[in-house]
Parts: sequence; C-alpha cells; structure tokens
Amino acid sequence: MPAANRRSLWELIAAAGLPASRVLSDPHRRFALRDLRNGSTLDIAAGGLRGRVVLLHARQQMAAALAMAELDGVAARLILAPPDLPRSQLADAVAKAGVEVVLSDDAEAPPPVLGDARAGRCGQPIHNAQDSQPRDRDTEWLLFTSGTTGRPKLVVHDLQSLIGPSQSTLGATPAAVWSTFYDIRRYGGLQIMLRAFLGGGSMVFSDPAEGPAAFLARAGGQSVTHISGTPSHWRRALMTPTICDIAPDYVRLSGELADQAILNQLGHVFPKARITHAFASTEAGVAFDVQDGLAGFPASLLDEAGAGDVALRVRDGSLRIRSSRTASRYLGAGQPVLRDENGYVDTGDMLTLRDDRYHFVGRKGGIINVGGNKVYPEEVEEVINRHPDVRMSLVRGRSNPITGALVVADVVARSSQQGTDASADPLRREILQACRLALPPHKVPAVLRLVSSLDVAPSGKLSRLRA
Amino acid sequence: MMQIGTASAKAPLVSTTRFVILNSLERIALQQSKRLQPLHDDLPLLDTGLDSLCIAILVAVLDDELGIDPFSSGDEVAFPVTVGDFIALYEHAGR
Repeated sequence: MPAANRRSLWELIAAAGLPASRVLSDPHRRFALRDLRNGSTLDIAAGGLRGRVVLLHARQQMAAALAMAELDGVAARLILAPPDLPRSQLADAVAKAGVEVVLSDDAEAPPPVLGDARAGRCGQPIHNAQDSQPRDRDTEWLLFTSGTTGRPKLVVHDLQSLIGPSQSTLGATPAAVWSTFYDIRRYGGLQIMLRAFLGGGSMVFSDPAEGPAAFLARAGGQSVTHISGTPSHWRRALMTPTICDIAPDYVRLSGELADQAILNQLGHVFPKARITHAFASTEAGVAFDVQDGLAGFPASLLDEAGAGDVALRVRDGSLRIRSSRTASRYLGAGQPVLRDENGYVDTGDMLTLRDDRYHFVGRKGGIINVGGNKVYPEEVEEVINRHPDVRMSLVRGRSNPITGALVVADVVARSSQQGTDASADPLRREILQACRLALPPHKVPAVLRLVSSLDVAPSGKLSRLRA
Repeated sequence: MMQIGTASAKAPLVSTTRFVILNSLERIALQQSKRLQPLHDDLPLLDTGLDSLCIAILVAVLDDELGIDPFSSGDEVAFPVTVGDFIALYEHAGR
C-alpha cells in the first residue's frame, strides 16, 4: 500500500466523528473514545514505543482495543494475543516476532516474560499524552490463527488488509452499537471492532467471566444494534433466556459453517434483523457476505471474479480466495506458504455444488474415512441440526476394526427434550430416520448420544478433538 | 435388556451374549434396510445379507452394549467367517 494513502486507526476513528455518545463498554466501565484525543491509556510514552514490536497481552478487551487505537501507525508491529493462549505458544511467538515490549493490564500478575522484552501497562486510567507522535508507520498487525486443528500460527496483516478497500459493505453507521461474542483479538471480533471504529459507532465488549446470559442482558441494556458470533456462539445464545433482551438490526455469523437451521432459528427470534453469514478467516480475510438468508452462497459469485476486489476459485474441492484482504504471510521460517503462485489463499474449506449454490461441507483435514468413503462431520451435523428439537451437534469419527472408522454423533437437544433415556429415545429415532433419508448409509451416525452440552473452544468454534 | 445386569453366573453369560448379538444384528439389518437370511451358526457372515458397514456398526454397538471389542483387544484375532465364529469370538472374549 502506498504510504500516502495510509491513515492510522486513530485518524480513521476521529474522522468518523467523536461525539460524547461514542463509547466502548465492558462489564466494568465505559470509555468515551473522544478522551483518547489528547490522552493515553499506556504507561509508556508513545515515543518509547515508536518503531517497536509490541505484544498486546491484556486480560480486558477494552485495554487491548485502546492500545490498538493508540499504537497503529506508531509501533512497527502489534501482536494480538488472545487471553487463552498457552504460555508455551506465547513464548514461541515472542521469539518468532522479535517482541520488544509486552503490554499487559493485570496489575496483580506480572507480564509473562519473555526474553529481554520490556514490560509495560495498557488499560491505565486516561492521562494526558505529552509527546504526540506522527502516526505514519505501516504497522504490521499479527494475529493468531484459531488453531482449531493444530498449533496456532501467526499471520501477518496490516490495517489496509484488515479493513479492505471499501471499508465495509455497511458504510458509516454512527448510531450503531456493535458487539460480538468473539474476543477482539480474534479475526472475527477484530472485524466488528474495526467496523465500530471506522463507521462511527460504539462497541460493547464480551467478557469471558460473565457467561452468555449476563452478556446478552448487558448487550440489551446498551441497545446493541449489530452483533456477531460463530454459529456455535449463536446456538448457545439461543439456549439462553436473555436472548430476548437484545433486538438487533443486524446479526452476523462467521467462522464456522452456517447451516440453514441456525439461519432460520435466528430469523425466527429476530424477525426484523438482517441476518448475514460471512465467509472470513484469519488467513483469507473477509471474502464475502451472504445476505439472502440461505445457507451456502450463489455459484455466480465464482464467475464474478475480478468484479470488486475478491476472486474466488474452487480447486480440488476447496475454496481459494484472492483479495486485498488476505494476510500476506505466515510469520516465521518453515511455515507453509499462505498464498499460491497466483496469489490465492487455500481456505481448506470444502465445497459442493447443489442447485446453483455452493455449500460448505467441511474442513479438508476433518474427513472421516468410513471404509474408503469420505464423510465431512459438518455435512452430517447440518442434517441433524435441521430437526426442530436439536440445538447443536458434533459429529466425529470413531475408530472401527472393520471399516477403519464410523460416524458417531453427540447431540444437544432443546431443554424441553432433555430428560430420561426413555423420553429421549423417540428423538434419537427421528434424528436417525432423518439422516437415513438425507444421507447415504456410511454417513448416518452408527451411534447417536444425547448429551447436555458440547465444548466450544475459546475461538468460538466447536471443539473437534481427534477421535 | 434382559439378564445383562445379572449375568454373573457362568452359563447365562454365554446365552446372553448370543442373544444380544443376534438381537443387534436383526435391528441393524432392519435399520439399514437389509434383507436378513435365516441365521444359523454355519452361515458365512457376508451371506447374512449384511454388508461390511453393517458389521462395522454391529461391532460398535456390541462394544457399547457388552463392553467387549475382541478386535481391538490387542490379541491377534482371526477374522470370523461364519455367524458361529463371530458369536464364539465374543463369548470367548467375554469370559
């Protein structure tokens, strides 16, 4: 990106307007963005952070968000550490990225350190910033991949690739109050925060300590208008009575396959909301939004290559994306190549074409091999989730001496359906019957258990442990 | 299911195992829409009307119901050819 076009995150925030009503909030406090105009929440002056490689290791999302606003254009690199990142991987990343300063907000616990890196604090009470620095550097933004199926990798973005040329399909939304189930250190959450920052809106942060019911009640209290999460986040929210506390105009799903069942259920609970599912990943960026309320995406999107700045292609069944929003590379030596020779990023998401629409069937690495026949867990979950009494499901492989593996399913029923084994039996039969009608025999779960809950990883995605 | 919980005596365990296997086999055939041949001990497994997926499911179901998986016990297992071999394998492993 030519430096002349570059505007820092703070400049973009300010350009969208700084009325007193523009606030960031979490369970503990509210912060008016305008207070950052001549102030700082860091205990190291900007001059000391100029050109530095800075790791943001904050417990509170708000502390991290404010540091991002302060340091884009100043620091050489910003590394966003999700709070749940294991210590060993943190140390690994620190070495790989050449971290010089670690900013944390936890006064009780010293920053986890970390070589020769200097420790500093973010999330401090706002104080006057004396030495205002030019915000003219092309700061690199480093994010961790969600690591659903392996060790998280660091990917390299910059503000341009995170924002995209058209900023967003939503444009300016100054009255919007944004929120997300995601942590903003993850790509999906960061996107929402950036939309709030660039569109002139406010932002309500989630908090891992409060749980979905309290979060939704608080979001309702702040009159959230735009809210996002993974399908797993939303399935959990639908099991929460306080879901009725929010009345959003815009509901967004990303990060996992959005099946028709979850789209319909959200449409039912929020009849006035625009329900959008987006294809986005940390590596590939936001590729497209689907707004017609249907699962999958129209095949015509593939033909529109060159229109706009996103080109899509399907190779060996998996979706590849080329756009200005993809990350540039994985950090470190010995990492896989992120973009192919034509600039496409392989998402590893497998597609199937049905009625002029591409549907996601699962992850490339997630295949269950039943006697030589391939099964994607997600395609079976999609059928199970269509049953009106099913909240969510997890399909996995179970090793078998005859066929190598079999498909087995764990299913969470709506609360009214949980109970004795006897009352659960008809439900199990109905689900299996639906699977037999919709799927070939090897894809029908050989064993189906009703469980009370399923594990959702900190990334907001269903935990898919290897069988 | 009858007798499983009380099958501590020696003789009933054998007959219970046989009962559970035949019962499961018929249920799986029904679920998978397979036509089951009249079962007897000398009938080859693959002539029962069950395909290998059905047998794989049978092994998984028996693992859950009997707590026995003779194929994964670590011992070298000769693959059973007939229905009788199959039942014997489970009766043997269950002792």
